[in-house]
Amino acid sequence: MNLLTTFILAIREVRRHLLRSALTTLGIVIGVGAVILMVTLGRGAQAQVTSTISSLGRNLMILVPERAVRTGGGGSTAPFKMEDMLAIARDVPNAVVAPQAASSVLVIYGNESRPVGVTGIDNQWFVARDWKLSAGRTFSDAELRSGRPVCVIGATTRKELFKYQNPLGATLRIGKVSCEVVGLLEAKGASFGNDPDDVVLLPLQTYQRRIAGNRDIGMAWISARSSDDIAKVQADVTSLMHERRRLGPGEPDDFAVKDMKEISKTVGQVTTLLTAFLSSIAAVSLVVGGVGIMNIMLVSVKERTREIGIRMSIGAMEGEVMQQFLVEAVTLSVLGGLMGVAGGLLSSAIACHFIKLPFVLDFSIVVLAFVFSATVGVVFGYFPARQAARLDPIEALRYE
Amino acid sequence: MRPTPPSDPPPPGTLLELRNVTKIYGQGEVQVKALAGVDLRIARGEFVAVMGPSGSGKSTCMNLLGCLDTPTSGSYRFRGLEVGALSRDQRALLRRHYLGFVFQGFNLLARTTALENLELPMIYRGIPAAERHRHARAALQAVGLANREGHTPGELSGGQQQRIAIARAIVTNPDLILADEPTGNLDSARSVEIMELLVRLNRERGMTIVMVTHEPDMAAFARRIIHFRDGLIASDETSQP
Repeated sequence: MNLLTTFILAIREVRRHLLRSALTTLGIVIGVGAVILMVTLGRGAQAQVTSTISSLGRNLMILVPERAVRTGGGGSTAPFKMEDMLAIARDVPNAVVAPQAASSVLVIYGNESRPVGVTGIDNQWFVARDWKLSAGRTFSDAELRSGRPVCVIGATTRKELFKYQNPLGATLRIGKVSCEVVGLLEAKGASFGNDPDDVVLLPLQTYQRRIAGNRDIGMAWISARSSDDIAKVQADVTSLMHERRRLGPGEPDDFAVKDMKEISKTVGQVTTLLTAFLSSIAAVSLVVGGVGIMNIMLVSVKERTREIGIRMSIGAMEGEVMQQFLVEAVTLSVLGGLMGVAGGLLSSAIACHFIKLPFVLDFSIVVLAFVFSATVGVVFGYFPARQAARLDPIEALRYE
Repeated sequence: MRPTPPSDPPPPGTLLELRNVTKIYGQGEVQVKALAGVDLRIARGEFVAVMGPSGSGKSTCMNLLGCLDTPTSGSYRFRGLEVGALSRDQRALLRRHYLGFVFQGFNLLARTTALENLELPMIYRGIPAAERHRHARAALQAVGLANREGHTPGELSGGQQQRIAIARAIVTNPDLILADEPTGNLDSARSVEIMELLVRLNRERGMTIVMVTHEPDMAAFARRIIHFRDGLIASDETSQP
């Protein structure tokens, strides 16, 4: 009896016991589906991290006040001063420095109001972050110098406050300050519940004087001219700030210069790890599904003892009985695998849609999950199949 | 135990031959001697009825004839082959190519159509599907159930199921049909029909049939009647047609 015939007979057997077969494969369906869902979401998250990082700007670093972790501190320390920024601009070659100070402030237009990240910047900010306007203009030198109440708003802020009206020339209330909208940022897209487009940009002077009431600078974006300059710029800024913040030699830094690429790599690694972790949990359910198949196959062998006896009396050899049950187990698990692939892809597409992740189809994982489910069928089908093949035909024929 | 007789060449036309065959089940104190040294020769084309009370050894003998079991001692030669020396799989191949079984309980595959049931022995023989269907339909025709090929056993009466079972036994044109109380589950009218079918197969196709039965009425259809008692052949009578 050849394999194709065995396969056809196995399909017949599956069809004959449709409900039992469906219940048997359920474990495999769920296992394969879960693996595919986890991996697809993981890949989507990775793709999102990558695109988020690249949307931040090229060769970008951030300068933030931060106590070194190894001293047991953590958390932020003293903010920077404008003089620090000027020193970096003067002393560090091949770099653009863009200071920023920000806080969440209630922004009002007409009947609409929402808390928005209000950010004081200068025009270098648009350069460092490689972020263009879709309408209007950036700030003039006069506006920057004298701290005029003008602002550039992000796409989300515009949508929420202005709906379909033209925001240019309109006047917003930011806290207690009335402020004219002069520009509109291009949309970058949301990521991880953090929407970079929900922002109002003010000249740094305006922000410091009218909103914050101090001259602190929370952080700075530093963009190196080329990727080869990143390490040099990072080192220069670090030594300069070490000196300017009056730290003795060997004293730990109370600030950090972080390469966004490094951050993106770390985030990518964490995502990969998380994906692997969740997938392995899902893989466990695949094994549980295999045990389910073994259970049902064992019951099925018991139940079909007489059938096995009939087949043996007709002239089935041990290997052929074994092959029959093994092929049945594999057919079940492969059918389950196929349904799991379909279900996994469908649920991934739906999940990606709702949590706003890109749907990245990784074909290799589909193949892998499928092959794994077939393997589960072989492994867990073997024991029941051997049980069937070793039956004594006389006993089997007498079995009630 | 009697000495094994010298192995003379069997007379021509011999299909199978038992020589001083014993079969012992269990060990030590609980030993049961099911066959106590049976000599039997069956020629091609015979129709033999095997009778005897339960425990007389007739079922054990049938299992041996069907190559489902091997003798404890003595010699069973089927088509000149010493069955006791064959492996499990070799005996399976003997059954596949030369034997057909008919059981008291029909033993058709449930939820499987008549045609598929008939295909089963041919599938193991590796016969292509088209040929399988042709042979299966011919066998159904021969047992008078040509219009029932799509029916499952559950949709057929006992008599019809037994006809399907007989069709399955003859579909491969075996040398020997072993029928174990084929009419045991049927009423007398159905039983007579089944016996007439077996007689016809024996006469028209020259099929060798060995049948176990409790009923003398059914045994009367056979030309040769063997009685078992206490693991031995008590009588062996052949009636002239």
